[in-house]
Amino acid sequence: MGEWFQNLSDKFYLCFIDDDRWMWLVDGLKNTLIITVFALIIGVIIGIIIATVRSTYDKNGEAMKKKGGAGYVFLRIANAICSLYLTVIRGTPVVVQLMIMYFVILVNQQNGVIVAIVAFGINSGAYVAEIFRSGIMSIDQGQFEAGRSLGFNYIQTMVHIIIPQAVKVILPTLWNEVIVLVKETSVAGYVGVVDLTKAGDRIRGRTFEAFMPLFAVAIVYLIIVIILTQILKVIERRLRKSER
Amino acid sequence: MNDNVLIEVRGLKKHYNNGKVKAIDGVDIDIKKGEVVVVVGPSGSGKSTFLRSLNLLEMPTEGVIFFDGEDINSKEANINLHRQKMGMVFQHFNLFPHKNVLANITLAPMKLKKMKKADAVNKAMELLKMIHLEDKASEYPAQLSGGQKQRVAIARALAMDPEVMLFDEPTSALDPEMVGEVLDIMKDLAKNGMTMVVVTHEMGFAKEVGSRVIFFDEGKIKEENTPKEFFENPKDPRLQDFLSKVLM
Repeated sequence: MGEWFQNLSDKFYLCFIDDDRWMWLVDGLKNTLIITVFALIIGVIIGIIIATVRSTYDKNGEAMKKKGGAGYVFLRIANAICSLYLTVIRGTPVVVQLMIMYFVILVNQQNGVIVAIVAFGINSGAYVAEIFRSGIMSIDQGQFEAGRSLGFNYIQTMVHIIIPQAVKVILPTLWNEVIVLVKETSVAGYVGVVDLTKAGDRIRGRTFEAFMPLFAVAIVYLIIVIILTQILKVIERRLRKSER
Repeated sequence: MNDNVLIEVRGLKKHYNNGKVKAIDGVDIDIKKGEVVVVVGPSGSGKSTFLRSLNLLEMPTEGVIFFDGEDINSKEANINLHRQKMGMVFQHFNLFPHKNVLANITLAPMKLKKMKKADAVNKAMELLKMIHLEDKASEYPAQLSGGQKQRVAIARALAMDPEVMLFDEPTSALDPEMVGEVLDIMKDLAKNGMTMVVVTHEMGFAKEVGSRVIFFDEGKIKEENTPKEFFENPKDPRLQDFLSKVLM
C-alpha cells in the first residue's frame, strides 16, 4: 500500500511539479478561456444579426414585399445568405471548419489562437442565431401588434418590446451554449494551439504518463462546467422570480 | 370629401389562399369625427379583420383607406406616423409584461413623440386617474386582473393622443364581472367626443353608446343603421336571425 502511494506521488511530481509542468496546464487553460470568451462575443454578434434578418423575413417579409423596392430585395438576399451560412456551419464538423480556417482561409495568420477564435466564433454564431430566433419567435404575436399599433416601426418594436422579452426566454439556452463551447474548444490543438487539452497531451508526451495529465485536464473542464452550471441555476432562479 | 370624415374606406377586400377565402369582400364606409361606430356580427364574419385593416395590421388585398384625407396604403405613406394617431385595444390586452403599468403607458410617447419623462409620467398619471388605477402605476401586468389590464391598455393607447380608437372585442376575454368596468371607461371616452370603432358582442353598449351600428356577415356590411332602427327594425334576414340569437 505504501509503495502504491509512493508510486503515485512520484508520478504526480513527474507530471506537474518537475520542470513546473503544471504551468503548462495554466497556460493552456488561459488559451481555452480566451478562445471561449472571444468566440462567444463574435458568436453572439453574428447570432443577433442573423436572427434579426431571418425573423424579419419570416414576420415582416410579406408587408415589405407589398411595398416592394430595394429593401425587400436586400432582405431576400440577406436571408438567403444567412440560410446558406446556417446550413454549411451546422452541417459540417467544427474540427473541419477549424482546419479549413487555419490551412486554407487564414493561411497568413500564424497565431493559432486568433484563428481558433474566428473559427469557433463563426461556428457558435450559427447556433446562437437559432437560439435567438427561437426566442424572438416565441414572443406572442400580440406583442408585435401592440408595438406596431402604437406607431413603433419594425426595428423599434424589436428593440423596445420583443428583444428584452426574448433575452429572458433564451438566457438559459444561451448559457448552455457557453458550456458546450468551452468543451468544444478542446479540438484547438489541431491547429497548433496549446489549449488545456493540448497542454495535458504534451505532458503525456514528455513524461509517458497518460493517467495523471489526462485526468487532471478532465477535472479542470469538469470544474469549469460545474461553475458555469451553478451560474445557470442562479440565472434561472432570478428569471423565475421576475415572472412572479 | 366631407371635412368631417376621418376614415374613408373604399372597395376594401382581404382574401387568403389566392382568393379562396374572402375575409372581407368589398367594404365601403365613412367614419366621421366623433362618431362611435359599433361593428357586430357572427364570428368569422370578417369584422375583426376589417378593424385590423383600418391601421393595416392586416394588409388589404384590394381597396383604399383614407385617414385624415391621406391614402395610408400607398407606397409613399408612412404607416407608422398614421398608427400613432390610431389607438388600438386588443381582445387579449397585449400589455408589455416586462414593463410596469407606468412604463407601458409612457413608452410610446417618450420614444415616438420624444416627450420628456416628467411630462410623459404626468400624462400617464392623469390617464391612470381616469381609469381609476392611479394606485397601480408601479405594478406589473401579471399582477393585474383582466379588467384592470384592459383599462391600462386603453390608457396606453390614449397616451399617444389618437384621433380615433379601434377596439377589437375589448371585453370578450374578460370575466363577466369585469366587463362593466371596461365598458364604463369606453362610454366616458365616447361622451368626451372620441371617434371610436368598436367590434364587440356587447349589444347593450351598441344600443346605448353607438352612433351607428353595423352588421357584418360573410365579409360584407349587410346592414347599417342607428341603434334604435338597427335593433327595433332590422331588415336583413341574417341580421334578424343574429339578433334573435344574441338578444334573448
